[in-house]
Amino acid sequence: MSEKDIIICRCEDVTLAELRECLEAGYTTFEEIKRILRIGMGPCQGQTCANLIQREIAKYLKQPTESIPTHKTRPLTSGVVLQDIAEAEDE
Amino acid sequence: MRERDLIIVGGGPAGLSAAKIALESGLSVTLIERAHDLGGQLVKQTHKFFGSKSEYAKTRGIDIAKILIADLEAYSSKLEIYQDTTVLAMYPDHVLTAIQGRNYMKWKAKAIIIATGASEKFLAFENNDIPGIYGAGAIQTLMNQYGIMPGSEVVMVGSGNIGLIVSYQLIQAGVKVKAVLEASDHIGGYLVHASKLVRLGVPIKTNTTVKRAYGTTKIERIDTVRLDPQWQEVEGSEESIDCDALCISVGLSPLHQLLSMSGCEMIYINELGGLVPKKNEQYETTMPRVFACGDVTGIEEASSAMVEGKLAGLMASYSLGYEHPQFETLKAETLHQLQNLRQGPCGIKIRQGLEKAGEAL
Repeated sequence: MSEKDIIICRCEDVTLAELRECLEAGYTTFEEIKRILRIGMGPCQGQTCANLIQREIAKYLKQPTESIPTHKTRPLTSGVVLQDIAEAEDE
Repeated sequence: MRERDLIIVGGGPAGLSAAKIALESGLSVTLIERAHDLGGQLVKQTHKFFGSKSEYAKTRGIDIAKILIADLEAYSSKLEIYQDTTVLAMYPDHVLTAIQGRNYMKWKAKAIIIATGASEKFLAFENNDIPGIYGAGAIQTLMNQYGIMPGSEVVMVGSGNIGLIVSYQLIQAGVKVKAVLEASDHIGGYLVHASKLVRLGVPIKTNTTVKRAYGTTKIERIDTVRLDPQWQEVEGSEESIDCDALCISVGLSPLHQLLSMSGCEMIYINELGGLVPKKNEQYETTMPRVFACGDVTGIEEASSAMVEGKLAGLMASYSLGYEHPQFETLKAETLHQLQNLRQGPCGIKIRQGLEKAGEAL
């Protein structure tokens, strides 16, 4: 099968083949792989890919999915124009 | 900074139910909803609900939403509602930021209820980015909210209640459902829904999943593959099915971001759909006066979300010194209802999940 044609993170267009390469190279946490492939850094902030990646890491390490550390979630949940924050009126 | 008593994030079944109870308890409530309409997923659920009268059995989801919204009308002077408003962040000092169009807002709340719900899980297979591959929620939105047909020949992946119900709704809309695929060895949803499909001639293929999709500008065909008991693909078991839409209904995962980012203790539990907050019997997270209810605390049905919403509403109000006039009765009632909803073979998963989370029923 062609892992190049399997999209894992659709925000950043990351394929299963790229994810596997990272795992083979020794990067086996979401946080490490995020810094290389930008997984979880798009508009959905990992809501769509996190489960799939969790499962792939677990499979690769032969560990239960629930034991794989999840990624760090930070503000904000959605894109905002900086001008809107700067010009926000306070009550 | 706008200061508020209670802010509820999410205007679905859980958030609306929580709002009602908090208003009855005498609190002022701010309800924030990302979508244009209140009601959450109820607004696309054209089917009648199961369960007991207290959770609106025999009423269509879309009508339940109307009831829950109408229930709040009597309290309009103490309730402010922000629609089309996305909460961007929650911080440990109970500060919430949000955006409505280009209007950036900042609140500080004495108590917060997170009822953000869940989103659909995605599936990894070859060419899973071809147009015509939908989540079941998208199909319901297109068909049931906007009257748009997603295709003429659909294959459904997933036989949970959503997959089964959406398959039936597709048939009602005149779409041919070519097959329902189920990766595990048994049908996930209620058999009453499954039998209806089988009677209409839809094959339900267990131990089978989608292997690849074909098509360039639009999906034209898929290959399925059988799975052995260890979830490994069985060689030579591939079969093709022509279709112009593929519907993915393989479960939901909690929209946990606000809770995670603010430092609430979270725990990953497969049975509950993913990352969920640790909470005590009061539905309070590890952050004082931050409560959570509905699918964000573990994937269940809208019925449980409504009951959990009531409980969270009761407890959040109580934590601010507003005791509901029927506090004890309602508390006992709702706990009992939750127990009922989770009993029996269909509640096994949620019972196991809650046990892992350290929450006994």
